[in-house]
Amino acid sequence: MRNFALLLILCGSLFSAGLSWSNDIEIKPDTISETIFHDAINGLSSKSFTKKKEYIQAIATSKDSQALVILQQLLDGNIYFLKKTKTIVIAKLDNKNAVIRNAISGTDLGVIAKKRIKKVGINNKLRRQLKVEIAKLSLDSPNKAVRQQAAEEILKDINKSGLQLFTGRLTIEKDDSIVEIMQTGIALYSFKNGSVDEQLSAVKTLSNSLYPEVKNTLSNGLRSITGNPLSTEKQELKHTLEASIEKIDFKLGWYKQLENIFFGVSLGSVLLLAAVGLAITFGVMGVINMAHGEMLMLGAYTTYIIQQIMPNAIAYSPLIAIPIAFVFTALVGVIIERSIIRHLYGRPLETLLATFGISLILQQAVRTIISPQNRAVATPEWMSGSLQINPALALTYNRLYIILFSIAVLIGLMLLLQKTRFGLQVRAVTQNRTMAKAMGIRTDWIDAYTFGLGSGIAGMAGVALSQLTNVGPNLGQAYIIDSFMVVVFGGVGNLWGTFFGAMTLGIANKYLEPMTGAVIAKVVILVFIILFIQKRPRGMFALKGRSAEN
Amino acid sequence: MLQHSLIGRLLLNDTGSRVLTFCCIALAVIVPVCNLIIPSDSEFHVSTYSVTLIGKYLCYALLALSVDLVWGYLGILSLGHGAFFALGGYAMGMYLMRQIGDRGVYSNPELPDFMVFLNWSELPWYWQGFDQFPLMLLMVFLAPGILAFVFGWLAFRSRVTGVYLSIITQAMTYALMLAFFQNNFGFGGNNGLTDFKEILGFNLQADNTRNALFIASAAALLLGYAICRFIAQSRLGSLTMAIRDAESRVRFMGYRDEHIKLFIFVISALLAGLAGALYVPQVGIINPSEFAPIRSIEMVIWVAIGGRGTLYGAVLGAFVVNYAKTIFTAWAPEVWLFILGGIFVFVTVFMPKGLVGLYAQLRTRFSRNSSSDKLKRGSTDEK
Amino acid sequence: MKSKETILYLNDVSVSFDGFQAINNLSLYVERNELRCVIGPNGAGKTTMMDIITGKTKPDTGEIIFAENINLIGKSEAEIANLGIGRKFQKPTVFEQHTVHENLCLALEGDRSVFANLFHRLKQPQIEKIEQSLEIIGLTNEQYRLAGELSHGQKQWLEIGMLITQNPQVLLVDEPVAGMTYQETEKTAELLQNLARTQSVIVVEHDMEFVRLIANKVTVLHQGQVLAEGPMDSITNNEKVIEVYLGG
Repeated sequence: MRNFALLLILCGSLFSAGLSWSNDIEIKPDTISETIFHDAINGLSSKSFTKKKEYIQAIATSKDSQALVILQQLLDGNIYFLKKTKTIVIAKLDNKNAVIRNAISGTDLGVIAKKRIKKVGINNKLRRQLKVEIAKLSLDSPNKAVRQQAAEEILKDINKSGLQLFTGRLTIEKDDSIVEIMQTGIALYSFKNGSVDEQLSAVKTLSNSLYPEVKNTLSNGLRSITGNPLSTEKQELKHTLEASIEKIDFKLGWYKQLENIFFGVSLGSVLLLAAVGLAITFGVMGVINMAHGEMLMLGAYTTYIIQQIMPNAIAYSPLIAIPIAFVFTALVGVIIERSIIRHLYGRPLETLLATFGISLILQQAVRTIISPQNRAVATPEWMSGSLQINPALALTYNRLYIILFSIAVLIGLMLLLQKTRFGLQVRAVTQNRTMAKAMGIRTDWIDAYTFGLGSGIAGMAGVALSQLTNVGPNLGQAYIIDSFMVVVFGGVGNLWGTFFGAMTLGIANKYLEPMTGAVIAKVVILVFIILFIQKRPRGMFALKGRSAEN
Repeated sequence: MLQHSLIGRLLLNDTGSRVLTFCCIALAVIVPVCNLIIPSDSEFHVSTYSVTLIGKYLCYALLALSVDLVWGYLGILSLGHGAFFALGGYAMGMYLMRQIGDRGVYSNPELPDFMVFLNWSELPWYWQGFDQFPLMLLMVFLAPGILAFVFGWLAFRSRVTGVYLSIITQAMTYALMLAFFQNNFGFGGNNGLTDFKEILGFNLQADNTRNALFIASAAALLLGYAICRFIAQSRLGSLTMAIRDAESRVRFMGYRDEHIKLFIFVISALLAGLAGALYVPQVGIINPSEFAPIRSIEMVIWVAIGGRGTLYGAVLGAFVVNYAKTIFTAWAPEVWLFILGGIFVFVTVFMPKGLVGLYAQLRTRFSRNSSSDKLKRGSTDEK
Repeated sequence: MKSKETILYLNDVSVSFDGFQAINNLSLYVERNELRCVIGPNGAGKTTMMDIITGKTKPDTGEIIFAENINLIGKSEAEIANLGIGRKFQKPTVFEQHTVHENLCLALEGDRSVFANLFHRLKQPQIEKIEQSLEIIGLTNEQYRLAGELSHGQKQWLEIGMLITQNPQVLLVDEPVAGMTYQETEKTAELLQNLARTQSVIVVEHDMEFVRLIANKVTVLHQGQVLAEGPMDSITNNEKVIEVYLGG
């Protein structure tokens, strides 16, 4: 929306810069509306909010092509006026100075000291008005998303003019979902202002809508039905309303569940990415890598660094970061395995301590080299925003992509383990190391590669995480214990176990959170797992039989 | 003669024990004397800050003993001993909070400040009675003891061992940390319990009180050591090590290995709780960060660097690592984590028997080179 | 020799791992003071049978009766051991960080509870019992060495010695002579035969020479079932056994 407006401004300013070099405001009274438009803009320097309200109204109704841009800039707080001449300008501020251009002509006015201009202040009331007016103007936009957003904006605060806009455009509008919004808006208006009969028919339309304002309006309507005894009409309206609200509540509840599942699955996906490497190394080598969390962290920092190196390619940064993070962290993993863990073979508890030491060193290294503070990683355009399924359900793109990515990684891993020679050897070592060694498998190299693979996956998980949260030296610590729990819960030596464990914990977490709060939810799950291993000490999908006993 | 009495058997029958006993008693005598009697301008004066610092080390040493008992003797790598330590500490902290009385910021005679701040109107049931010293003392042992009992019973019964058990103990302390961070949990949330005034009516800031706590810590360490030695020298101790080395054999001999493990685990938790209780009045604060997983892992490394399975090694390790930490965090805090991490790696890879093992190794090499010293001492030092 | 009194009775026992039928309707009687050898090809279920008797593996169906009326199903390893069933593992399992003497001391029959062990002191009869066992297994001179320093054969004997001080009624011995020299094997045979005077001994073994040396009754397992049972001579001439062993 904002980008669209900026584009318009850019085009507009290029265009008008060609027309005029003059710094003065030249009013060419070509048409009356243009004069009104210009007067209204100049009026914005007024101190009175009431006056400003009128001027905004005037700008909005002027039908001038620049109106939308001006209103948007006003809403964004970019409209200023020169203290001396009261000329209205669009300004971009830095520390001391401001780059300004004329609001009407778009002419570049150069750089001036910040103190020489003053912002056109707006209050919440004006902000609301601006939103509605911008929405109304946007209803004519050729862009569907802009129109839809505009229609929703008007729906939120439906009034007479909004009703007129909707009824006027109902026939022109081609898009079904927008038509539906408009119909909802019309019904909402008639419910608010109509007779009991009109209300009754409006409720029928409204009972299919999931907009929060619809539910609010209906609830208010129900509450306002008074009179004793109720007339038959009112009686009927009351029943219909109750039924409708129930219907809406049911749907909302259902979508709430869906949303919970979505959040749970996305958390599960992150846990899956974080834990799967852990599970593989545990399965093959019988060791837990306490530095696994730091591999996540290194992966996340890879994204950050790539964005620093290539600030112009933010859009591609996650895609670039994934392979680089994989290779980098896998390399770190192999180095750790070859230099340290190799010497601790057969002493899993010591390995645990040594890798914890590594995790401390890696954390401190990042604090020293980069910064102890958290760093924000930019989210590319295509990963921000959300997929609006309906008013009650929106799926954020970053989480959607992470789910898809983790599925892809899982499938890739399965293919690697099931279809390749390396995978065959890994599975052999997992089941019986001595036998595998006796059959000529280089178990030491399998160890190194597996460790590298596990670390590499963690690195990719880190890239994914960087799109959900800030990147900091403690990032790994936040996820590592949950990842351990996934491994304990799901069992080792089986990818399905990890998948199942991650999803269960993810969904359980998100289901418990609203009931108990995030922290208690975690505690409950940890307690549950401690109890769970009573029944299955080796996890959900454990290897059985005599070979698994030792 | 002393050698053959029970005390002699526990505290004096090998070099390590003798050195430890001597050091404990010496510290308990010399430090208070140097603090209280020797004037502050003398070179031999020990500042109250140092008294508290060494007192803290003594508590850590007791904690390290408890870790060594389960790790060195039972083979269980507990990454959750910080929880037992902290629970003992919280029990003491609650008593100390109640001793503040109406001297808090809000002058509420009944409620600790943080409860007043949270608009609580009355004391939660689990705070009742904590103004009584004996009940507090009971809770110092009961709280960690019950946690260890329940947790251990669940874990050992289902035969969770090795890395799995370590992870689960870590999850336990992590869960407790999250819970104690909660304000509505009733233990002061993030800030924990602090601003203590007095213990048993003695001002906590007074030098006399500090020295008394110091002596108590030294005594507790010695007592803890004697208890651990008693267990280690009994047939139960022998069984404990047997479980460490070949658990199923013990089981097929008819021993309930889970009972033995549970017993050792609980005793260890009690010692850790005692250490926590002595620690809190000396440092003056207890907060949820004591439950943090890293704290528990640090304890393990004290034992590892000292030498596991020797008990005195654990004490040595606690002193060495914490002294190093004091030095380095004052000198260059950002370097400390590098060093600590390095210690983890170095000790596990190159020094699996710790400083005690290193000493034994050097001594054998030296004696082999210099003379034909055929007098082999007890096998403990040679292992 | 034939007292005709059954001490251990496996009735219709079955167990499977992930669809693999390790033991299939196995029934077996062992009498008091009997020396029984169990033989069978790899995967016949010999070790699994021992696991089931000692409580390590829970059977899917069937019952195991010990000493006439005690059902062993559902009892833990420790309970079963305390009832009087001792076990020697295939791979010699002794406490390598303990001395030979300590190993025997830990195995001594007596109160197994935690507190009894905490305050335990060796009494004269127990000291004698250990000395006696040391003599039987021929490790008197090694008694203060660490078990981990012993040779393979000595570890096997130490484990048998531990079973002697444990004094069970039934002794399960899994491949006692694997990796032993001929002299050692002979000595082991003698040892087991001596034990069988006072206890029931079940030996699982591959080495047919050894079995011939000690057995008076042999059970052949195949695919989790009893294929044949009887004196050694009748077994060696049994058609089915020859088929299984020689792959006819």
